[in-house]
Amino acid sequence: MPSTAFHAPDSVEDVVALLAADPTARPLGGGTDLIVQMRSGRLAPGSVVDFKRIAGMTGVRREGDGFVIGAATPCTALKADAALAAAWPGVVEAANLIGSVQVRNRATMAGNLCNASPAADSVPALIAAGATCVVAGPSGKREVPVQEIPVAPGKTSLAPGEFVVEIRLPARPEGGGDAYLRSTPRTEMDIAVVGAGVSLVLDADGTCTSARVALGAVGPTVVLVEEAGKALVGTKLDDDALAAMSRAVQAASNPIDDKRGSVSYRKAMAGVLARRAALIAATRAGAKA
Amino acid sequence: MNAPETMKQFRPKEFRHVGTRPVRPDGVDKVTGRALYGPDFKAPGMLWGAIVRSPHPHARIVSIDTKKAESLPGVKAVATGKDFPTLQSLVMHVGEGASDIVHVARNCLALDKVLYEGHAVAAVAATTPEIAREAAGLIAVEYEELPFVLGLEEALAEGAPLLHDDVFTKGVDPKPDKPSNASMRVEMGGGDVEGALAGAAVTVTGRYTMEPVHQGYIEPHACVASWGGDGQAQIWCSSQGHFAVRSLTASVLALPQADIRVMPLEIGGGFGGKTTIYLEPVAMILSKKSGRPVRLAMTREEVFRATGPAPGAVIDVRIGADADGTLVAADVEFKYHSGAYPAVDAGAGVASAIGHYKIANTRVVGTEVLCNRPAAKAYRAPGAPQVNFAVESAVDELAGKLGIDPLELRLKNAAVEGDPQTSGVPWGRIGWVECLEAAKAHPHWSAPLGPNQGRGLAGGYWGNYGGPSTVVVSLTEDGTFTVTTGSPDIGGSRAAMAIMAAETLGVPYEQVRCVIADTSSIGFSMVTGGSRTTFATGKAVVEAAREVKQVLCSRAAKMWNVAEDAVEWQDGEMVCTAGEKEGTRITVAQIAPRVAFMSGPVSCVAGINAAGWLPGFGLHICDTEVDTETGHVKIVRYTAIQDVGTAIHPDYVEGQIQGGAVQGIGWALNETYIYGENGKLDNPGFLDYRMPVASDLPMIDAVVVEVPNPDHPYGVKGVGEVPIVPPLAAVANAIHAATGKRLNSLPMSPDRVYAALHPEG
Repeated sequence: MPSTAFHAPDSVEDVVALLAADPTARPLGGGTDLIVQMRSGRLAPGSVVDFKRIAGMTGVRREGDGFVIGAATPCTALKADAALAAAWPGVVEAANLIGSVQVRNRATMAGNLCNASPAADSVPALIAAGATCVVAGPSGKREVPVQEIPVAPGKTSLAPGEFVVEIRLPARPEGGGDAYLRSTPRTEMDIAVVGAGVSLVLDADGTCTSARVALGAVGPTVVLVEEAGKALVGTKLDDDALAAMSRAVQAASNPIDDKRGSVSYRKAMAGVLARRAALIAATRAGAKA
Repeated sequence: MNAPETMKQFRPKEFRHVGTRPVRPDGVDKVTGRALYGPDFKAPGMLWGAIVRSPHPHARIVSIDTKKAESLPGVKAVATGKDFPTLQSLVMHVGEGASDIVHVARNCLALDKVLYEGHAVAAVAATTPEIAREAAGLIAVEYEELPFVLGLEEALAEGAPLLHDDVFTKGVDPKPDKPSNASMRVEMGGGDVEGALAGAAVTVTGRYTMEPVHQGYIEPHACVASWGGDGQAQIWCSSQGHFAVRSLTASVLALPQADIRVMPLEIGGGFGGKTTIYLEPVAMILSKKSGRPVRLAMTREEVFRATGPAPGAVIDVRIGADADGTLVAADVEFKYHSGAYPAVDAGAGVASAIGHYKIANTRVVGTEVLCNRPAAKAYRAPGAPQVNFAVESAVDELAGKLGIDPLELRLKNAAVEGDPQTSGVPWGRIGWVECLEAAKAHPHWSAPLGPNQGRGLAGGYWGNYGGPSTVVVSLTEDGTFTVTTGSPDIGGSRAAMAIMAAETLGVPYEQVRCVIADTSSIGFSMVTGGSRTTFATGKAVVEAAREVKQVLCSRAAKMWNVAEDAVEWQDGEMVCTAGEKEGTRITVAQIAPRVAFMSGPVSCVAGINAAGWLPGFGLHICDTEVDTETGHVKIVRYTAIQDVGTAIHPDYVEGQIQGGAVQGIGWALNETYIYGENGKLDNPGFLDYRMPVASDLPMIDAVVVEVPNPDHPYGVKGVGEVPIVPPLAAVANAIHAATGKRLNSLPMSPDRVYAALHPEG
């Protein structure tokens, strides 16, 4: 019988070496995707490399006004970090929609990102927030925008031997706010039919000065819809601006018809959710009613 | 002697135990994880099995090559359908349904043809589960694919792929001369339906549809079988009826029933779906070949692909009423999926369609339709929720057209004791009007609604059942009692049995323990199904407990040397009521250590075929809030009112009502089988087969109405199945009230509600 080796090294370099030595090797953070895929027979890695023991891999720390989230930090722990939850509520809420309480006690945002599902809940929120991740590999570390990691369903841009070691969120800008909403038939224990993350900044008189809109489950990867953000900038998020943003969102949506949703329903929901998320983000940014 | 108690003498009275809520005897083991369920059991030397399943929805098996698998180290046995003995057609009734044993055997392992994707074709047993799975992958099956059919109308169409060339429609006279996919037709009713519809002031017409749904029990099917060299066998499994496991397994393997001993394990949900067998004969064959105990357990995916769903349906309804709201005619015609083998839900569907209303002219026709899906199996009130969805939606629509309050319309037409059922047989002491009156009086019915909210209601019923049960009540040496039944406990029945025994004996609940014995340790008992157990097995408990009292009184009389009629049973004690010893008392605890050595142990058996069961009726009120932009439906308030006869243990009665309502809400909103164009199931897991989670639901307010059954010593009617009948229409009617849109097709998932609200796309 084929067997899987298990490693739990205590340095990033050892993880990289183990991953580089075996192209079928997989890093293990929370394991809530990996173990399920192994049990179902979809994945049969030659080895599993658990990096949770490495110092700094678990937990949230401040760097300047920004946040550094270790790749093995479970989603539940994000909620417990009051400063992070106050600065990026959309990101923290998105991460805490994944799976169930039990799953989130193990599951990580880095894993959610590297599983490369177009329906990953935390990824649109991270992209909207302008998050980056630090990737360690045979040639050292590099920092890349989150949206550059997934390239296709189940596929990432990571090179052999590379793995994500941390996710970085900038300081919350003055007048900034973010939100993530998803559509699922059930209230929880479900996978997004559509997800929409919005992060925006309002100036003192309520005019939007920057906005990022990212969508899940409407294409092969989570997408950043620049036109949607542009539709909001310079406006006070009036009905026309929101409608223009929704149109941009729908135009950028290229979903598939499957058991979880039809093309037309997904497109319609992308528009609705992006508008609702924008309004929540605006409220969080301090918009006056 | 006490005055003779007969089953017919129901007298409303103060009960000491009936109606109380003590801790269930099996509760601590279940919450601490100590209870042994089907997949938990292991035997020394046990082998692990795996099953090879068809990837095709319909195909002829050309050949099965097992050589590679057999030569894999660790593999101890391989089985195919050819290992079953040659069987003659024999229809067996084991509970909620009847099955031809040839079909039961072929469903366990296909012989010539596979009839659905997931149909078992071969099995292996090996020393580890990994080797078993690897060996299963080495079994080469050559198929000749055949055209398949999934849909009801498609399966009945001229030229449709035929599943069985030996199935001729039952219930049609004369017998058809050609086989067809219509395995059964049932018709009931009377009067002049067309004439009455033509003369009706108002009529409604509709077609209602749904796909199959699964029972969704958490515990997958699992068993361990050990078939010894002397021909005797033991099977450990969880089921709703281990006697049914015995009789079906013995029949398909051509064994004497007494040679098989089936040990019941705790059951993690059945809902009707565990009244049959899938794995047991296969594990038996593998055990015989290997000489070792063999365990077979399904994965969740196997459960979805290969075990019984409730049928999907196409239902056509026409109902007519006079201007004052009197229902004058109903015409209901439905088709149900049988799946791969003939099923029998149509009969119960016909009986459960419109009998809750007094209607002079009725015609109800049900047809069972074979198609390339797993064989349909009983699911909680099998056959009733589907047709009820159509009828109660139509009655709601009719109320709207008439401008009559939907509750008043139902009250006006509600059947009462003495009114004829659809079959013509008069109803007994039913509590339907009492449920409707309780709804009217409930604060929910008149509570204000918020924006985008709507309120719907629907009523329904289920016939319930009695049937054979065996019970032994024994006195221990210290004066405590054991109650032994053959009825698996799927809804708290051990607690109910202990309560009824304690009530009858006049002893504390804690002095009575109830266990479920294996098939060789107690007499035959029918499956736990049909909401029969608390009624029928409970009746046997009371009968046996009464005999225990009688025997103990006669022992006391003997001890005191007085006539038997000079001793009475009072509050768990024997009292001398005449002669010199008048007033002398002896407690059970005092006499217990001695009786066995006086005239023998006290152990009384009641083997009964319980008659006098009565149906249950329910009325559900549902408030929904619809997000018109997304189509999401939130159940914001839900009240389930039901006549249960008497609630022996109200916690478990309410639990059954809540559980049934929740399953019905799941069926209404999101649960459905999704098949691809290739005839393969696309959602064989709990992620995409969406049963509701706790946060999807409000607290279900269970309102227990008690109209006692005069034919049960404590008035029991049966509880478990009724509450899944009304929710489909209650939710649909509430969505209609909230949005003005009537959804005739289940599930009413967000995308479908959105499509109904935004027909422009």
